[in-house]
Amino acid sequence: MRIGDFRASYRHDEALFATPVQRLWFALFVLGLLLFPWLGGSYLTYLACLTGIHVVAATGLNIITGYAGLISLGHAAFMGVGCYMMAALASLGVPFWLALPAAGAASAAVGVFVGLPSLRIKGLYLAVATLAAQFLLGFVFREWDAGTGGVRGVNVPAASLGGIVLSDDARIYYLIMACAVALALAARNLFRTRIGRAFIAIRDKDISAEVLGIDLFRTKLLAFAIGSFYAGVAGALMGYFFRAITPEHFGLALSIFYLAAIIVGGLGTLLGTVLGAAFMTLVPEALRGGVALLSAWWPNAMALLSPVREMVFGALIIAFLVYEPHGLVEAWRRVRRFFHLWPFKT
Amino acid sequence: MDWNAFAEFSLIGLLSGGLLALVALGFVLIYKGTRVVNFAMGEFMMLGAYGVYTAHVMWGLPLVLAIPIALAGVAGAALLVERFVLRPLAGQPVISVLMATIGLGAVMHGGIDAVWGGQNLEMPQILPRKPLMLGDIMIPGTALWSFVLALAVIAALTLYFRYSRTGVAMRAAASDPITAYALGIDVRRTQQLTWVFAGCVGAVAGVIVASMSSLSPAIGGVALGVLAVIILGGLDSIAGAIIAGLIIGWLESVCVGYFGGKARDVVPYAVVLAILMLRPYGLLGSRDIERL
Repeated sequence: MRIGDFRASYRHDEALFATPVQRLWFALFVLGLLLFPWLGGSYLTYLACLTGIHVVAATGLNIITGYAGLISLGHAAFMGVGCYMMAALASLGVPFWLALPAAGAASAAVGVFVGLPSLRIKGLYLAVATLAAQFLLGFVFREWDAGTGGVRGVNVPAASLGGIVLSDDARIYYLIMACAVALALAARNLFRTRIGRAFIAIRDKDISAEVLGIDLFRTKLLAFAIGSFYAGVAGALMGYFFRAITPEHFGLALSIFYLAAIIVGGLGTLLGTVLGAAFMTLVPEALRGGVALLSAWWPNAMALLSPVREMVFGALIIAFLVYEPHGLVEAWRRVRRFFHLWPFKT
Repeated sequence: MDWNAFAEFSLIGLLSGGLLALVALGFVLIYKGTRVVNFAMGEFMMLGAYGVYTAHVMWGLPLVLAIPIALAGVAGAALLVERFVLRPLAGQPVISVLMATIGLGAVMHGGIDAVWGGQNLEMPQILPRKPLMLGDIMIPGTALWSFVLALAVIAALTLYFRYSRTGVAMRAAASDPITAYALGIDVRRTQQLTWVFAGCVGAVAGVIVASMSSLSPAIGGVALGVLAVIILGGLDSIAGAIIAGLIIGWLESVCVGYFGGKARDVVPYAVVLAILMLRPYGLLGSRDIERL
């Protein structure tokens, strides 16, 4: 049983991982990620890539919505901006390590613009404003043939690093995971700084935060900028991963998917973002597997896959909101608490 | 400029605005009564339309019977939704309630898809087709009669809220639930009734939309465009919803007339953004005053 968390020095207090055990777990996790493509096979690697992209994007949305409390229904559109920016740069021969930050920067610029109304409106109204932005950007993606290739979309050349072309899933996997781990750590650090704390203050009560000397306008826009930067990088990674991108990839459904992921995982926690993104990526696949098994006895089962998937998606959102509003991360904490208190609390 | 064409676009737009106002009324009722914006409104429209289709075409019942059966079904669904989704979430933050209605929309959409399939079904003509000629201007009969029907439903509901005992109780509960509760009004029941009314309003709108085009899961998409109407009118104003419905209907029709059908994808959302920047509480909505 663990009885306390004793911090003897400032260095200890500031450390990213408080205990050696945490450090060990993190090292094991990274080692597992490194070895995954060898151990997991191609299908699992594909799923892991998808999860990694979703983790990056969901982290961005959690910064905007979970930490700063600004509801955004336009996250997929921000990803689209990043993806198209990356596609334009990649076709000019710009390497990925320049194209990824540039895609993020382009998304951040658009995000700041979309975030402008957040000074005057919040809550529901902001949700509707970002929804409108989602539709307007979607319209631009479909109609601006010169920039986005219209409804036919664009093809993206494979990313390459020093002569190695990252063309298959096992190779692009490392790029995606490197970005996901680096950006998640960056987000974890963000919330130990003044800016990150200011986001949380705004979420809890924006007027009080302003009284405490936080510049609301700048901080809200900064939240949108940082969150959309993550979305832009995720969109660019998605472009490198799928290699062919159409406007359908960045519809309202994807925005809702990310909101669902952070709610299922836990609003305002990074572990929750990772758990939620992984969970929401894997559930449809599990359903597909289940329905495929079922179709042995009931041949028409496959036709019901997409409606059933939609119903399960919606039911998961509602069930988590009603029965576990703090998300998977709360369930995980409960499990941990059980082991910490094990022999004494039964 | 061709004034005849302009007048025709304007008239058709105003008439289509009646339908928008009807859907907007469904949103406003729920918002006023329970402070929830129901993103599953489109699914209630679908449910109503598929209900009428099932009773009328598949079971062969006459419309006089089919429509009440469909409305009863939608009312039942609305009661279930209120009891098992929204009531447990009372007092939760905006994002929880918003996502709950979106999740609800996904469940209903998937369910409708599973039961009826995603293909286009032919809805029988419910409204008279005969066009009305005003000089050189031709007005399609469906547009005219859908407007009349929408106005009739709105007027009936307005009278109900104005004069019936239950209607007055619902208004009281909407404007101040705690006082209403202290005065002996069963606020839970009025909130249930609100959902039933809004669901039925949506269902009627869905039937009208389906009979004007054809029946497919796509008719639920109308509801998202109506967000422009409720934002312009003010989320909690029935009069605002009607005025804004006419304005947006007119604007959309004129823009589509002059810039082509793609304008339909842009105009409502551009309007939303403009209003939210300039006058976030809409034309007639009440301003929120916040205290620390």
